[in-house]
Amino acid sequence: MQNIAFQKIYTRLTRITKATCSVKASGVGYEELAVVHGRLAQVVKIIGDEVTLQIFSGTEGLPNNAELMFLGKPPVLKVDEDLAGRFLNAYGEPIDGGPALIGREREIGGPSVNPVRRKQPSQLIATGIAGIDLNNTLVTGQKIPFFADPDQPFNQVMATVALRAQADKIILGGMGLSNDDYLYYKNVFENAGALERIIAFINTTENPPVERLLVPDMALAAAEYFAVEKKEKVLVLLTDMTLYADALSIVSNRMDQIPSKDNMPGSLYSDLAKIYEKAVQFPDGGSITIIAVTTLSGGDITHAIPDNTGYITEGQLFLRRDAEIGKVIVDPFRSLSRLKQLVIGKQTREDHSQVMNGAIRLYADAANAKTKHENGFDLSDYDNRTLRFAKDYSKRLLAIDINIDITTMLDTCWQLFARYFSPEEIGIKEYLVKKYWPKSREN
Amino acid sequence: MPTTGKVKGIISNLVIVDANGPVAQNEICMISIGNTKLMAEVIKLQGNQAFMQVFESTRGLRIGAEAEFTGSMLEVTLGPGILSRNYDGLQNDLDKFEGIFLKKGEHNFPLDENAVWEYKPIAETGDSVIAGSWLGEVTENWIPHKIMVPFKFSGNYHVKWIAGSGDYSINDVIAILNDENGREHQVTMVQKWPVKIPVKAYKNKTRPFRIMETGIRVIDTLNPITEGGTGFIPGPFGCGKTVLQHALSRQAEADMVVIAACGERANEVVEIFTEFPELIDVRTGRKLMERTTIIANTSNMPVAAREASVYTAMTIAEYYRSMGLKILLLADSTSRWAQALREMSNRMEELPGPDAFPMDLPAIISNYYSRAGYVELNNGETGSITFIGTVSPAGGNLKEPVTESTKKVARCFYALSQQRSDSKRYPAIDPIESYSKYLEYEEVKDYVSEHISSEWIDNVIKVKDVLLRGREGQEQINILGDDGVPIDYHIRFWKSEVIDFIILQQDGFDAIDCITPLERQKYMLTAVLEIIDAEMKFNTFEEVAAWFKKLINSLKQMNYSSFKSKEFYKYKKDVDEMLNEIAKS
Repeated sequence: MQNIAFQKIYTRLTRITKATCSVKASGVGYEELAVVHGRLAQVVKIIGDEVTLQIFSGTEGLPNNAELMFLGKPPVLKVDEDLAGRFLNAYGEPIDGGPALIGREREIGGPSVNPVRRKQPSQLIATGIAGIDLNNTLVTGQKIPFFADPDQPFNQVMATVALRAQADKIILGGMGLSNDDYLYYKNVFENAGALERIIAFINTTENPPVERLLVPDMALAAAEYFAVEKKEKVLVLLTDMTLYADALSIVSNRMDQIPSKDNMPGSLYSDLAKIYEKAVQFPDGGSITIIAVTTLSGGDITHAIPDNTGYITEGQLFLRRDAEIGKVIVDPFRSLSRLKQLVIGKQTREDHSQVMNGAIRLYADAANAKTKHENGFDLSDYDNRTLRFAKDYSKRLLAIDINIDITTMLDTCWQLFARYFSPEEIGIKEYLVKKYWPKSREN
Repeated sequence: MPTTGKVKGIISNLVIVDANGPVAQNEICMISIGNTKLMAEVIKLQGNQAFMQVFESTRGLRIGAEAEFTGSMLEVTLGPGILSRNYDGLQNDLDKFEGIFLKKGEHNFPLDENAVWEYKPIAETGDSVIAGSWLGEVTENWIPHKIMVPFKFSGNYHVKWIAGSGDYSINDVIAILNDENGREHQVTMVQKWPVKIPVKAYKNKTRPFRIMETGIRVIDTLNPITEGGTGFIPGPFGCGKTVLQHALSRQAEADMVVIAACGERANEVVEIFTEFPELIDVRTGRKLMERTTIIANTSNMPVAAREASVYTAMTIAEYYRSMGLKILLLADSTSRWAQALREMSNRMEELPGPDAFPMDLPAIISNYYSRAGYVELNNGETGSITFIGTVSPAGGNLKEPVTESTKKVARCFYALSQQRSDSKRYPAIDPIESYSKYLEYEEVKDYVSEHISSEWIDNVIKVKDVLLRGREGQEQINILGDDGVPIDYHIRFWKSEVIDFIILQQDGFDAIDCITPLERQKYMLTAVLEIIDAEMKFNTFEEVAAWFKKLINSLKQMNYSSFKSKEFYKYKKDVDEMLNEIAKS
């Protein structure tokens, strides 16, 4: 049956919209691929003999007598060892001038891992950035996005994290990436001598938006190959997931679906979860960690895209410009790594959790003092001390240009505590205070 | 001859089949794809067209594929061996599947057919029995698992023969019953029940009265839930819904815990898989996993099975409740289930209700919550299902359909607050927004005065008032400035902070603080009330803050120390001394 479908050529499209076309056909499988007028398309709806396909590169200039041929299979990626170091487009075709891919075909967007075959993540990922390692520790097998406004340097931070993370493979899924940012990633990885560890699937702003829908599945199919079959630690970078979701809404709109909140399809949660839940730690050492970017509009996290993402991912990282020190910091209030409890105090020093919370509490007190000051009230001695603490804390720990190990981060916190406060003001367990309170204050 | 049909339309997991005979709403149908079969449920009938939600991925399905209707609704298999298992939403045993990935069309039998159970009879020959009557008993882990007259048996029966004590496997006949017409029916240890129909094999449902201890102070002390009660936890992401539910599942005083992980993160379920076989239930000394059954249908597993998963969990809970047990049922998150309903309704092009959810959403939620409750069984024993669901409101806005529909039926409301979470005040249950209707129940009041103390409820109400006045004090301070208000406002605010830091906040990751038995809660509430009632005089507002910070620090160290240990009393003495000093000055 597959072969018949493979050979037959249809030449009469019954309907064309901006993203889809329909044809009368039989024996077609759901989610099967087809080629229409040389463009790749996928079956999204079949009613009786009418088959509707979404055309990834759009329908501009598509005649209704175009040739259409079904391929008899869902989208696949050819995987083998040589995938490493390649730059590919959304269809998995080389854009680096190299030879076509060879290897076994692996279905993309394939089945889920049986939850009982997963292992609880427990390996810390050290990035050297204290705003991450100290306050929002990352763990292999985690999925976490940067929630950032478009003007923030998330691509730089993500590239830094990726290079320091000691991953066996780094897979970049670029969706609607500007050409400049694509070249930035390429240069950074090249300069770091990491190109042989990189696999990139790139859809730039120059490419049609619907093509983006393939990028995460392609990137994760490659990730699964290396994590499952080669037992490697794989880090997947997905940027920008907001543009991915926008492409979803384009297709659902063309299919006349009733939109839910913010004009997003009602299935947005499931669509995003299918991608992010590919993050996994396997018992035999292989893992997939996903770090993504979700750009916000004016910092609004109640919009359907960041909102649904937040419910799926294991935390989120916020960047913010701190005018006091003139640097970008990882915001300690709104950022969260849900998996940090699995490693802090276990793979890091025993005082990690208490020191982290103590410092953030004082930072919050400083924020209150600042508001008080702005409202024209007098500040108490304690208020003034928290403000001085906050400035040091921000400069020496939260700034994204920090690169120190976690023990140094903890020691720095204790130094700052001792410089500005008495032990009762910190609210930390007494035995830890006895053990770690600096004997001599630094100046 | 069973009804069959052919696939006529495919839109994602909605499949339309032309049927050649009678079909029932909610009937299960198997659709052929390659060498396997996909399971689907009829959700709408129109002429001879059956609209079905498929519980698995429809990738590769073709028009014209054979469909075979099974004649029954979605059913679960009930019998000894459900405890400690990890099922998916359709009650497949996840541990029995081979390979890393879930394969399409794979199903398995949820119980162990070869396991041998040590059985002893309860009923005797000649006894008159009805559905749900206890015939015999096996010991499952440590729970006395009753073998019952199957719930599907209607009318009256007589025990014609009953097996004697001995070892049996689940498919062995353990009793023969005669119905009113003298016809014989064989009974084994296994029965089936359709998940969408409530099990009604009990005499009546009574008002709940007994507090279910959870060890979480902000719940037990301020907003208690009862055995057989219902509650829900709405909150934006990152406020600790799941952490709170996990704490409940570990600590609550229940015979059995059923967890429906519905459309949430797989790693959260893995946490339970990893920790529960190791953690000890403090009340019984047994491993937590021994009293737990998990229904895992995580967010990347098929959407339609999410709906099934909550019903599967409820039916299993009802089965064990009929044995006279106390069940705690947790569902995380009911919003994901509602979204699954929305996706289907959308694909069927139904006219949408608010936020594109189906119009009957409130009715569906309310029917589901109503299946919980405290019941008196036909033999006079009692059993209960306490149900707590989480809700994930879009954008953290509580004025959305799922939260509003749930608020109408659930009796306890544990609102998680973003503000508390941002300032790391965990558990982030808002003390002023949240409530427990059970505090108003006369039955609960009687129970509390008998088992805790006669002043307890008055004290709880007083604490809530202090919190409210504290918040007002704080607002005044924020508007008028520290020295723009009388010192009393500062004292009022700091007294509420004592309650906040010592009763409300609880360190879920500290081995001692994470669980507070009711007796200790009573002790701490008394200690805190002493502070609230104390007359205090300060000269400046700075003095107030400094004094209270020191006091709170000592009280916090008490929470971190073993109850009534030397250390504990040392910190208590510090607190008493501070109070004496302030009283003298």
